[in-house]
Amino acid sequence: MSITAKGEAPHVSDAVAVRSWKLPILLGVLALFAVVVFILLGPSGTATFRISQDGDAWQVPDLVLPSKAIGVIVSIICVGLAYLSWRQTKATGKIAKWVIMTFAVAFVVGIMVWIIGGTTSQNITLVGLFTGAMLITTPLVFGSMSGVLSERAGVVNIAIEGQLLAGAFTAALVASITHNAFAGLLAAAVAGVAVSAMLALFSIKYVVNQIIVGVVLNVLVSGLTGFLFEKVMKTKVNGETIYNQPAHLPNLPIPVLSEIPIIGPTLFRQSLIGYFMLVLVVALWFGLFRTRWGLRVRAVGEHPKAADTVGINVNRTRVMNVLAGGAVAGIGGAYFTLVAVSSFSKDMTGGLGFIALAALIFGRWNPIGAALAALLFGVAGNLQSILSLAGTPIDGQFLAMLPYALTILAVSGFVGKAMAPAADGEPYVKE
Amino acid sequence: MKLELRGITKSFGTLVANDHIDLVVESGQIHSLLGENGAGKSTLMNVLYGLYEPTAGEILVDDKPVRFSGPSDAMAAGIGMVHQHFMLVPVFTVAENVALGAESTTFGGVLNLEETRKRIREISTKFGFDVDPDALVEDLPVGVQQRVEIIKALVRNSKILILDEPTAVLTPQETDELMDIMGQLRDGGTSIVFISHKLREVKAISDTITVIRRGKVVGSALPSASTTELAALMVGRAVNLNLNKADATPGEVTFKVNNLTVMNDAGHRLLDDVTLSVAKGEILAVAGVQGNGQTELTEAVLGLHKHVLGSITLEGKELVGRTVRQVLDSGVGFVPEDRQDDGLVGEFSIAENLVLDLYKHAPYSRGGTLNRSVIAKNAVEKVAEYDVRAQSSQDAADTLSGGNQQKVVLARELSRPLKLFIASQPTRGVDVGSIEFLHKRIVAERDAGTPVVIVSTELDEVLELADRIAVLFAGRLMGIVPGKSSRALLGLMMAGLPAAEAQEQMDSQQDPGTTGADSGEGVQP
Amino acid sequence: MNKPAGETPAPPAPPAKEGPAKAAKESNGTQLVREIMSGNAMISVLAVVVALVIGGILIAVTDPRVTTAFGYFFGDPSATFKAIWASVSDAYGALLRGATYDPNARTWQGRLGIFETLTFATPLILSGLAVTLAFRVGLFNIGAKGQIILGATFAGVVGFLIELPPGIHLIAVILAGALGGALWGGIAGFLKARTGAHEVIVTIMLNYIAVSLVLYLLKNQLRDPNSSNPISPRMHESAMFPLLLGPNFRVHAGLILAVLAVIGVSWLLNRSTMGFEFRAIGANPRAARTAGMNVSRGYITVMLISGALAGLAGVTQLAGTEKILDADIAGSIGFDAITVALLGRSKPWGTFFAAILFGAFKAGGTSMAVNADVSIDIVAVVQSLIVLFIAAPPLIRSIFRIKAVSREGVAA
Repeated sequence: MSITAKGEAPHVSDAVAVRSWKLPILLGVLALFAVVVFILLGPSGTATFRISQDGDAWQVPDLVLPSKAIGVIVSIICVGLAYLSWRQTKATGKIAKWVIMTFAVAFVVGIMVWIIGGTTSQNITLVGLFTGAMLITTPLVFGSMSGVLSERAGVVNIAIEGQLLAGAFTAALVASITHNAFAGLLAAAVAGVAVSAMLALFSIKYVVNQIIVGVVLNVLVSGLTGFLFEKVMKTKVNGETIYNQPAHLPNLPIPVLSEIPIIGPTLFRQSLIGYFMLVLVVALWFGLFRTRWGLRVRAVGEHPKAADTVGINVNRTRVMNVLAGGAVAGIGGAYFTLVAVSSFSKDMTGGLGFIALAALIFGRWNPIGAALAALLFGVAGNLQSILSLAGTPIDGQFLAMLPYALTILAVSGFVGKAMAPAADGEPYVKE
Repeated sequence: MKLELRGITKSFGTLVANDHIDLVVESGQIHSLLGENGAGKSTLMNVLYGLYEPTAGEILVDDKPVRFSGPSDAMAAGIGMVHQHFMLVPVFTVAENVALGAESTTFGGVLNLEETRKRIREISTKFGFDVDPDALVEDLPVGVQQRVEIIKALVRNSKILILDEPTAVLTPQETDELMDIMGQLRDGGTSIVFISHKLREVKAISDTITVIRRGKVVGSALPSASTTELAALMVGRAVNLNLNKADATPGEVTFKVNNLTVMNDAGHRLLDDVTLSVAKGEILAVAGVQGNGQTELTEAVLGLHKHVLGSITLEGKELVGRTVRQVLDSGVGFVPEDRQDDGLVGEFSIAENLVLDLYKHAPYSRGGTLNRSVIAKNAVEKVAEYDVRAQSSQDAADTLSGGNQQKVVLARELSRPLKLFIASQPTRGVDVGSIEFLHKRIVAERDAGTPVVIVSTELDEVLELADRIAVLFAGRLMGIVPGKSSRALLGLMMAGLPAAEAQEQMDSQQDPGTTGADSGEGVQP
Repeated sequence: MNKPAGETPAPPAPPAKEGPAKAAKESNGTQLVREIMSGNAMISVLAVVVALVIGGILIAVTDPRVTTAFGYFFGDPSATFKAIWASVSDAYGALLRGATYDPNARTWQGRLGIFETLTFATPLILSGLAVTLAFRVGLFNIGAKGQIILGATFAGVVGFLIELPPGIHLIAVILAGALGGALWGGIAGFLKARTGAHEVIVTIMLNYIAVSLVLYLLKNQLRDPNSSNPISPRMHESAMFPLLLGPNFRVHAGLILAVLAVIGVSWLLNRSTMGFEFRAIGANPRAARTAGMNVSRGYITVMLISGALAGLAGVTQLAGTEKILDADIAGSIGFDAITVALLGRSKPWGTFFAAILFGAFKAGGTSMAVNADVSIDIVAVVQSLIVLFIAAPPLIRSIFRIKAVSREGVAA
């Protein structure tokens, strides 16, 4: 509880008496799942992973794996590691990191082989899987970076969904009117900032509970964009809906890099927004953990009073970060209407803002972690839409649940400890 | 550097925390600010440090008026502060904490922590601190954390250092070390404002003493003033330091703690193999510096801890493994250490708080339905009996003063037949008038034949109430000594010497030293 | 400088010195409860007014009549104002008539919009109560949506897959729905109590899992064999709430269930020992624990009850209004429930009246969309603005220049 108790306590480690069995239990359940599904219910054919697309400079041969054999191997590894984790917990109370990592990798491989091996379609390529995933991952990354920015400074951001939606709508409207995608992009950032400004005004100035503000802002933006969509965008001039035909941002492939198998088409054949995303993730990570700005932001999110006593303006830092987050999420929203699809439609973000929140938590409030989580959720989401076309052993709806289920496991402490910044959600009020 | 406060007034709504305070801190002096809890010392220092804006008055540094709109202004003017609750980010390293707000950076704001580490090592060497710049603050003991706070101020070249109740969390030894450091700093030309309510420490280290009561300066004194004089000034009347309680007539031993060990979630032993017992009609006081396992002892009895080994029996019945409700229902009255966090529901009415752990029993409820008129009637009676000063028993508990809140807690816990009464810090933050009342009630409960356990970090209180004294250090029992033991002996035990060794040292060493001098008279600065 | 010894006895205790420090010490949940409970009716009324004004501005500026008139503003300023008045009064007039009584409607049933209001209000009352109850123990149940879906799904399984005698069938449907909601709410309560998982995150995630789950079931086990869409068969008649005013109005006996729930929750919170525990846990969980209350069990119990209430909202939707289960059975009720609870200040009867108001918005919004060509989305805008303004009384005060009534003033 208090610093006092912690400091004065003699550091005799008695971990043996105080163990957490959550992880061994989870691994055990998953291992059992692997045995039942991969071996007993597994397909007996082969799983073909197409790595190159037609027309790639470097053609890499397809990877053909025997489903059943891989399933058996993966299951054995999983069972072995689950047993090991139980042994380690019993002996020392701690589980080696490599055990968890190896388990995760083996399990993901098992799932992929099981799904791909069981499909009737031969058109699933790894490239397609990842490039398609980027359509989901990109807005997720922007959304989760918005979350990183505000939550690291101690403001809970449930309004990511609203920020994305406002960005998508404004980008479409402005890019349609100006016939300029860059104007749309800029306007989207402004719209995101506007939503953030409301979040900052109510949660920081008026100290309204941050979760309430976030929830309500999502409803507000949904209503507002829906209303304007009906009243403005559906207005026809000469039979055309001219306010919902945004100019688009072109894809800008980077020479050479874009030819690398899998990585090239996934990361280096993107629009400006996509490249900005890559830069943003790295820059945010560096900024948070290596610069003066980051040190101050983290201090504000962990212990605002301590930050205040060394002369850091807590609420100004929070406002700036929340606004910056809005700009980032606004740009992420622009991706929907300037890159992904051709026009705005009502509530088109479809809950991605909440998956971005999930990615933020699953990535433990770390920009790179959140980006990787967004990639995982993107792949799962894309697999779901691919599978809805091809007959597979697993229903797409279960893949759709994956991000949410993983997040619940993460916040329940089954997958390591997802610790929010200590002062996340706590308003800072000076006398 | 010279610091002067003129007519500083700070009010929160209708509450005046500081009322026209004048104070002059001369260069190179240790100036103590003495006052009871809640006298307004911390508020004054927060004004001085730019955390609060004064309602009226001005601050002068080297005779020039200054205005602080935030701590950064105060720091720029050369004022540094070590807060009572440390202002350190637990998940940051020492270097990161020290750098925060005064970072050295390279191009583009990239942190250069090497520079900070160098400064930390320099200061550590100079004052003999043993501080690793790369240790995480949350892993450091309290004493070291306090040094990090001091380093923070020194790195910023503070010429005036404010120490707010710095010894509250220290062992007597650590306190001595802190006094040494303060002396060194003064000799190096730093002015120090030392805030405390502990008379002995103030007398031992100060050059000048200013006494504050109820937000006003009530006088100043030299360290040669006697303890009784200072105490009288601090509380506003002569303090009768003796409760004049009758000697205990201990009966049957009904409460026994055997080999009790309490662990936190990480498996650290917060309480380590403690064995003690209390008889009917006896007060056992548990002494020790805050955070040495006292809280865990009382909470383990109540059933608030998960990881408990050993046994606790009351009239032969085992309490370990029972729920809090079962323990309370078996006749344990419990006054928690922090009444606002643990003892009361602030927004509940006094009436509701008076049945907070009794609401399930008749006549307060029947068949799951509360009987409001009985609850209201009970409240009127208790408010009168315990002299709770409130407009109405339907007022919210958080509108009461600390002393009156504590009376509500005590009234509730003593309102049923008890087989054991435990009170943790029964008078912390309570005004003197209420202290006497509360102490008398506790002694009355003892005289009614209940075994009583009192936990207090205030030696005065321990010596006043105890029939026997148990001393805890680092979760271990240093021994149980008679209630009339000397301060020196208790001080040594609180610093980690088992009773026998402490007694040996006392016998061999005639000079009582600074640690546990019996009264102020023996100490000359 | 020394006062003579042994003079006056202790003077009356000084006022609470702890006052200023206390705010910072409160837990988030405590502060949440305090925030929602405080404030007064005046602020609520003004918040509604301001929200309606902003909504009116939006309606006016997007109305072609207004933009056209504004084109010759300098030639004829009054035309613009007339157009604005026409635009806003058309819209809000349609809203009000649609929600209460519309003399111009073609059918006599259509005139009595008040019953549509009650129909829309029914699930809002129940789900609003779910959020209200959780608020009072310091939990933020954002999961009404998922709980409604699970409640409706369980109710549906009993309602269209099983045949039972009339009367018993409806009771079975109600119990099943409560069970489904309780299960979904209970998960969040259980995880909160046992692992400390934040209920906001868990309930948000459970909402989406519920949607996927019901979609899966509607594609497989619960699918209507005669439909190509993922929808269920129709509920058996015996499983339906009886209509209160005959076949011409949709208002059904679920409304009675909702009113009973308000009375029940009101008793639970204010009169029962369990409610005493809930409130104590919500206001100060540590003190509640020290007083022997089982905080973990409190969290689980309250989320079970809260989930059950939301589940009942799902039952009234399915067995009262919709008759067929689809993945969108909860619509926006889940989030509306939060706004209803906030507007109702987390008090049972406050929630009841807030639900009636929002029910009126929904009923009137439909009429407004048809009769005044104003998209029903404006209702969501107005509702969310109301909640924002109510949550920030200083903002409303500064708009209307009302002086804050100090706490001291009230207490004394």
